[in-house]
Amino acid sequence: MANFVFWVIVGLTIGSAVIVVQSKKLVYSAYALLFTLLGVTGLYVFLWADFLAVVQVVVYVGGILVLLIFGIMLTNKITSVNISNTSVQKSIGSIVLFVFIAGLGFMVAKTPWASVANSEPIQTTETIGRLLMIDYLLPFEVASLLLLGALISATTLSRKDD
Amino acid sequence: MDTLTNYLFVSVVLFSLGLFGVITRRNGVAVLMGIELILNAANLNFLAFARFGGMNMAGHVYALFVIVLAAAEAAVALAIIINIFNNYKTINVDEVSELKQ
Repeated sequence: MANFVFWVIVGLTIGSAVIVVQSKKLVYSAYALLFTLLGVTGLYVFLWADFLAVVQVVVYVGGILVLLIFGIMLTNKITSVNISNTSVQKSIGSIVLFVFIAGLGFMVAKTPWASVANSEPIQTTETIGRLLMIDYLLPFEVASLLLLGALISATTLSRKDD
Repeated sequence: MDTLTNYLFVSVVLFSLGLFGVITRRNGVAVLMGIELILNAANLNFLAFARFGGMNMAGHVYALFVIVLAAAEAAVALAIIINIFNNYKTINVDEVSELKQ
């Protein structure tokens, strides 16, 4: 059963990712991105990363995707559903796509990955909190400064000049 | 299903599709969606290696930082895209080639 659910989630993720990069309508791309992000969230749950799965839903689906849809709506007529979303250089893009899938896939298949014995799921939230406050305190503070700077600069950039 | 290579293959496909989107899309917002796919592929790799490396939690912390950076990047990029739209009346990245109007 878990096996079946895993492959359904993989199919959902990759299928909607194809729609994201292929669809002719930008709004469809945005909604397909929603399903890709939810599929990746499901894979996080399979990887025992429960805290990261919730963060993914809250930040990506609740934040970044809404921001993207706002970007679409603010840069087009709000009533038009068929916002054009054409592609260029499709032949070169397809070559790059297949070269990367073949090359990286070959690398993944051929590398003898070290196999560590499966350990039991642990309390991820508590461990992440300890790591953030002890081992990764400086990157954590730098990241908070960066977020503040990015948000201030974003509001400054998108203001109308008076 | 419970093997490292399965997750790595999913990540490879997501990364390649994101790269394809960045190369072929004309709309700036769609290019941004491709970048989000690439960042998600990287995050999936971090978590897969964390899980199959004996639940090494440093991978989770790095994935958290990647999500924070993605949020900051999306906010700044959308502010830039809206500015481009106000100046050029288009956000097709191949038509925005002049530095000065």
